[in-house]
Amino acid sequence: MNPTVQALLQFLQTWWVELASGFVIVAAVPLVAGYVVLVERKLMADMQARLGPMRVGPHGLLQPIADAVKLLIKEDIIPDNADKVIFWLAPVVSMTAALTSMGAIAFGPAFQVARDINVGLLFIVGVSSLGLFGIVLGGWASNSHYSIIGALRSTAQLVSYETAAGLAIVSGLLLAGSLKIHAIVDAQYQNHVWFIFLAPVAFFIYAVASIAETNRAPFDLPEAESELVAGYMTEYSGFRWALYFLGEYANMIVVGAVATTLFLGGWLRPFPNVHWLNWLDVLPALFTAAVGVYCARRAGKQPVAVQTWFMWGVAWACFAVAAILAVPLFVAPLKFVVPGLHGAFWFLLKVGGYIYLFMWLRFTLPRYRFDQLMSLGWYILIPLAIVNVFCVGLAMICETEYGWNRWVALVVTTMFTLGTALFLLHLHEKRTAAASSATGVTEQPAPQDTYAG
Amino acid sequence: MLDKVIFFFFAGVAILSAALMVTRRNAIHSAIFLITALMATAGIFLQLRAEFLFVTQIILYVGGIMVLFIFVIMLVRLDVALHQIRFRLQRLVALLVVVALGAEVSVMFWVARKIPGDGLLIRGSAPVDKLPPNTEALAKSLFSSYLLPFEIASVLLLVAMVGAVVMAKKRTDAQ
Repeated sequence: MNPTVQALLQFLQTWWVELASGFVIVAAVPLVAGYVVLVERKLMADMQARLGPMRVGPHGLLQPIADAVKLLIKEDIIPDNADKVIFWLAPVVSMTAALTSMGAIAFGPAFQVARDINVGLLFIVGVSSLGLFGIVLGGWASNSHYSIIGALRSTAQLVSYETAAGLAIVSGLLLAGSLKIHAIVDAQYQNHVWFIFLAPVAFFIYAVASIAETNRAPFDLPEAESELVAGYMTEYSGFRWALYFLGEYANMIVVGAVATTLFLGGWLRPFPNVHWLNWLDVLPALFTAAVGVYCARRAGKQPVAVQTWFMWGVAWACFAVAAILAVPLFVAPLKFVVPGLHGAFWFLLKVGGYIYLFMWLRFTLPRYRFDQLMSLGWYILIPLAIVNVFCVGLAMICETEYGWNRWVALVVTTMFTLGTALFLLHLHEKRTAAASSATGVTEQPAPQDTYAG
Repeated sequence: MLDKVIFFFFAGVAILSAALMVTRRNAIHSAIFLITALMATAGIFLQLRAEFLFVTQIILYVGGIMVLFIFVIMLVRLDVALHQIRFRLQRLVALLVVVALGAEVSVMFWVARKIPGDGLLIRGSAPVDKLPPNTEALAKSLFSSYLLPFEIASVLLLVAMVGAVVMAKKRTDAQ
């Protein structure tokens, strides 16, 4: 046989699992992202007392596919004065970065594209932050004022908040003692506690910073539609625009996965060490079965026959998943798949909860002003994150060197961190008050506009 | 075989994009090629099983420094800068630097030749799979054998940071 072919075959033999899971990620993430968009629209509708998309498929279940087809066949416009190559490249960079960083995420003890690399968490954080180049270059290449202002805002915002997020991750890593994904989750298993309870301030900082990093409301200034049309995406249309969108939603999944791995116990079920709570293993199956029952009950109420059938299909799919989750629990020879399957379920559930938090905040909070965003990042979050790293380290030293009870040490240091937070807030208030008195603008009521309304 | 292919791919990309970075007129294009060169170097680090260096290169150089580069390039009005008189001595300085660098590299090769064995190539060290994890090895050497240089470097960086803040502050006060 030809030696080149032989080498290729050997290569495939070693790496086929990784290659196949890579293809699965590239194929599945757009679909998942589409459905995250649907969930977001439905949630927004629910919180605003509307129905949301209802037309395409029962309860709008096929809406993402219709949207994708629409975006694919839309006209693709490239502005005349744009830098064509970079304009073409930028959305691809954005999406590739998000998808590549997904390779290192472990969606369960058995589901991972890259093997458990030694710097897994840093890899995810580093590579996903490269998506910024897509935004910046796209904004620059569009040759439009709105785009470039969006790109500049995005850069400033990411640079500021990446520091805070990185320091929050450092506090978590201090507790875990490793950068390997599996070792981090294992440390939470060994410690009998999720790290969110050991370092709540770090989790809070990471949550805020990751909203800013994914450019989502209330920090969506790079694409603030009331100020910048669509920010860096203003000149994009059709499928390129969709690629940006895909990158953004893939990034949400990535930051959710990082938070889940580091702070929420990864793929561990609640109370993984407590044996009399082992019946919690039934929950995944019960949960999916409940969703299936709900779909079956809604099936009869659909207006069109096709939609009834579709709803029944969804219900049966849920029942099938529930069976797949439940059967290995009771059949001894299949027991070995339980950790993998249920781990993936819990992991995805936690990531979903984190993304739900994002959406909830988006529909609740108004958008920040840019100077507010910057001062929140630089005056409050970054100092607080530094103090938090120091405090977590101090607590660990108190525990290992001086034999303190861990909880006492952590409560004391967390109190110290919160005290610092209050002090920083106080300083910030004083600063804004001084600034407003210096410019002569005080908190007076605005002059009455007689023509208003 | 595969190792060689990967190495020459990364090395080729690095050299090509470094050359393109110097020759492009458009500053943003230069910055993009610099990013490519840095990424290719990171790839070579990864191939040497220095995964911590690989990630640090991506986070610090590509994700941090290059973002600031591009930020500054976008803020400066390049069309104005291009019409201004260029730095005249540029070519002379560049020539000197190239000559110095070439001399340095050739001296390095010449010295390495005199070392018995394979010269620059270090063979017979631990096989790749048996190497200690790079992150831990790096941390141990940084915080034990090289603690003093590490601390000095961090103090230097702190001084630079304070200096930058002071300079920036003076300018805003003057306005």
